[in-house]
Amino acid sequence: MMDIGNKITRVTATAIVAGLTLIAGTAGAIAAGDAESPESQNWAFNGVFGKFDKASIQRGLQVYIENCSACHSLEQLAYRNLFDLGFNIDEVKEIAAQYEVTDGPDEFGDMFERPAIPSDRFVLPFPNENAARASNNGAFPPDFSVLAKAHPSGPDFIYAILTGFKDEPPEGVELAEGMNYNPFFAGGQIAMAPPLFEDGIEYTDGTAATVQQQAWDVTNFLQWAAEPEMEDRKRIGWKVVLFLLVLSGLLYAAKRQTWARLH
Amino acid sequence: MSAHTQPSGSSGNGLVKWIDSRLPVFTYLQKEYGEFPAPRNFNYWWNFGAILTFMLVLMIFTGIFLAMQYTPHVDLAFDSVERIMRDVNYGWLLRYMHANGATFFFIAVYIHIFRGLYYGSYKNPRELLWIFGVVILVLMMATAFMGYVLPWGQLSLWGATVITNLFSAIPLVGDAVVTWLWGGFVVDNPTLNRFFSLHFLLPFVIFGVVVLHVIALHVTGSNNPLGIDPKGPQDTIPFHPYYTAKDSFGLAIWVTLFAAVVFFAPNFFGEPENYLKANPLVTPAEIVPEWYFLPFFAILRSVDFNVWFIDAKLGGVIAMFGSILLLFVVPWLDRSKVRSARFRPIYKWFFWILILDCFLLGFVGAHSPADQVFDGVEGLLFIDLGHVGTAWYFIHFLVLLPVLGMVEKPKPLPTSIAEPVLGGGQAATGAAAKPMEKA
Amino acid sequence: MTDHASGPDEQPESRRDFLYLTAGLFTGAGAALALWPFIHSMNPSADVLALSTTEVDISPVEVGQSITVIWQKKPVFIRRRTAEEIEVAEQEPLADLPDPESDADRVIKPEWLVVVGVCTHLGCIPLGQKPSEVRGEWDGWFCPCHGSHYDTSGRIRKGPAPTNLPVPKYEFVDDTTLLIG
Repeated sequence: MMDIGNKITRVTATAIVAGLTLIAGTAGAIAAGDAESPESQNWAFNGVFGKFDKASIQRGLQVYIENCSACHSLEQLAYRNLFDLGFNIDEVKEIAAQYEVTDGPDEFGDMFERPAIPSDRFVLPFPNENAARASNNGAFPPDFSVLAKAHPSGPDFIYAILTGFKDEPPEGVELAEGMNYNPFFAGGQIAMAPPLFEDGIEYTDGTAATVQQQAWDVTNFLQWAAEPEMEDRKRIGWKVVLFLLVLSGLLYAAKRQTWARLH
Repeated sequence: MSAHTQPSGSSGNGLVKWIDSRLPVFTYLQKEYGEFPAPRNFNYWWNFGAILTFMLVLMIFTGIFLAMQYTPHVDLAFDSVERIMRDVNYGWLLRYMHANGATFFFIAVYIHIFRGLYYGSYKNPRELLWIFGVVILVLMMATAFMGYVLPWGQLSLWGATVITNLFSAIPLVGDAVVTWLWGGFVVDNPTLNRFFSLHFLLPFVIFGVVVLHVIALHVTGSNNPLGIDPKGPQDTIPFHPYYTAKDSFGLAIWVTLFAAVVFFAPNFFGEPENYLKANPLVTPAEIVPEWYFLPFFAILRSVDFNVWFIDAKLGGVIAMFGSILLLFVVPWLDRSKVRSARFRPIYKWFFWILILDCFLLGFVGAHSPADQVFDGVEGLLFIDLGHVGTAWYFIHFLVLLPVLGMVEKPKPLPTSIAEPVLGGGQAATGAAAKPMEKA
Repeated sequence: MTDHASGPDEQPESRRDFLYLTAGLFTGAGAALALWPFIHSMNPSADVLALSTTEVDISPVEVGQSITVIWQKKPVFIRRRTAEEIEVAEQEPLADLPDPESDADRVIKPEWLVVVGVCTHLGCIPLGQKPSEVRGEWDGWFCPCHGSHYDTSGRIRKGPAPTNLPVPKYEFVDDTTLLIG
């Protein structure tokens, strides 16, 4: 009798705890603020089997270079990282060589400019935060390196922002000077003007450059930029977890075998 | 004296004997982990000692290798962590193991503590064992807090600012203490440097206290789910192979869960905001500590009123530190002589309510106090839940534990461990209520 | 074992031992494999390896001049040798050398000598790159730490260093560009 009572207590308690955690989750989502929640998208990298869509990421790089890189840095990445996307050495050198980096000092003690090479980090659009703010109406365009990991909804949030601009704010919303209305951004006002335009760029692979397509591609690119190790991580993860399951099974058998001696 | 001790039952070769006669490590291992008599009725909640040992070693090991790559400087710390994630061979694995290791370490330690609370493992004669355990908890919290500062993200900086500012509540010397903690006038490079140094040091201090914890455990022997003392050899089994086998299995399951998180959801327990580089001029909209501090954070913020000459700020700090330090005196607050909650019909319920209360406080800690709990339900704010949760936490320990010990009528205890284990369901029948076995 | 274990075994001994052995082997193998990420994390990282090639523009170097470039964080000496220096280096009888190696084996174009500027004794940087520095008795380089003398082909001639200055892997991308590594 005592044991059964004990079990019931335990089960009830577990259920209550689970229920409370669930409430905590939903209430947390409700309380997340005045921004609209971004819709979940069906990304190729989602889930435990998810992989990167390399073609989309390559197009996303083009979107980044042509549309974003004038304001947004990518300071944790080096041009050599583009090898992971399937570019060869000449292509990477060509991309890098579009940018000038300051090197030195030379033998006379002077700094000098030279074209970037694959081992260089992505060249920054502004030398520092103050310069960036001065050129952007006081706003600081965030670095893109880990942006996809820096928001609870990550890629969904980026995609929602890029496709969520509205020309006119709804009734009753007063936009501050130089701000743009975007319901997915905290406060609904964002300093960045809509960055993507229909056919604003011409994809080298001939894909039709709709705003949605560009947003999709650049989000894929930013997700890759934020965690380039993801494919390795999941691939190794499967091996490790399967190995540990087999090991657990073996150890369970060994434990039962051992304890069988007690009876 | 020990030079004559032979490793009992060991089939040691010449070298083992040679070493053992000079430094009896093998005799010790055989005695403390081989034939060491453990109660035969441990359930799987007793696995967490082994799991925690594993976690501590894993944290020290991953930490040492991460420290080889990390740069403790405000201008370089964030970048050096990203370099670990991107350029260092398997650096992402080391860092994700370390970051999620902290989470799993705390899950395990909280289970271990609540195991102790449920089965009365802190009671005579295990008070000192329990106190060492609480010391380990406090050291773990300090270590985790300082470790979280090292990546120098937004929450690293602002978490450090908020928590160190707690000390400014100390009357008279508060501000001087905070300036001293910082080594400056804000959390800055000197702070980061000393936190790195201490974050490296403290785990080894923890290791030392763990050794004391284990020595104390082996003096008193383990408690067990029935909470009664073993009466003879029929109540115990040798630690090896029975509990080595059981611990190995439990540990393997634990590591599997850990690996699943590390490889497939490595940022699940982390705060996204900490992937933004620390900016001393921009405070995040909400500063949330790591999940394992949330209940204590809720207690801190729930004291929003002055008590006599103590203002709300100092009151919150006292309540928060009090909620942890309280654990030191639990062995003396609990007046019941019966250890296991299995035989304490009322305490058992309050135990589960305490667990719910801790979840509630964690829930409150994750939200802004002034926010509504449910959209559309006017009036119910998180601060209200915080008041209730905090009050209940202290009532549980300061009022219920002593009172229950006096008013609760425990169920009859079995006469021995072997009886219910071997004798099936007949265990409790007929046994007289014996409040406490002779220690 | 104590008498707890003396009950009748339900499984034959061999099957039990097989199970323990397998479980033990799996645990051991897993632990050993888990060590690799730790060990490998101490090997050169991707950003370090990315610096393992260096492109050098050698067009400004005049005959008789030397330049020092950095390759894998080590100094590499590039000397545009004069006709006499080349001749001396080529005529040197191999029998006189502590580490016999012909000059032809150490250069791609005789005019350009490319060697890693780290003394093979204990890792100091030899002198001799600048006109003002001592070049040693063989007019090549001289290591001030323990007095090793190198000739105009970077070969050890006198002193404690055991071997010649090593020649890194390099190629001429075009007439004025050198790719080291």
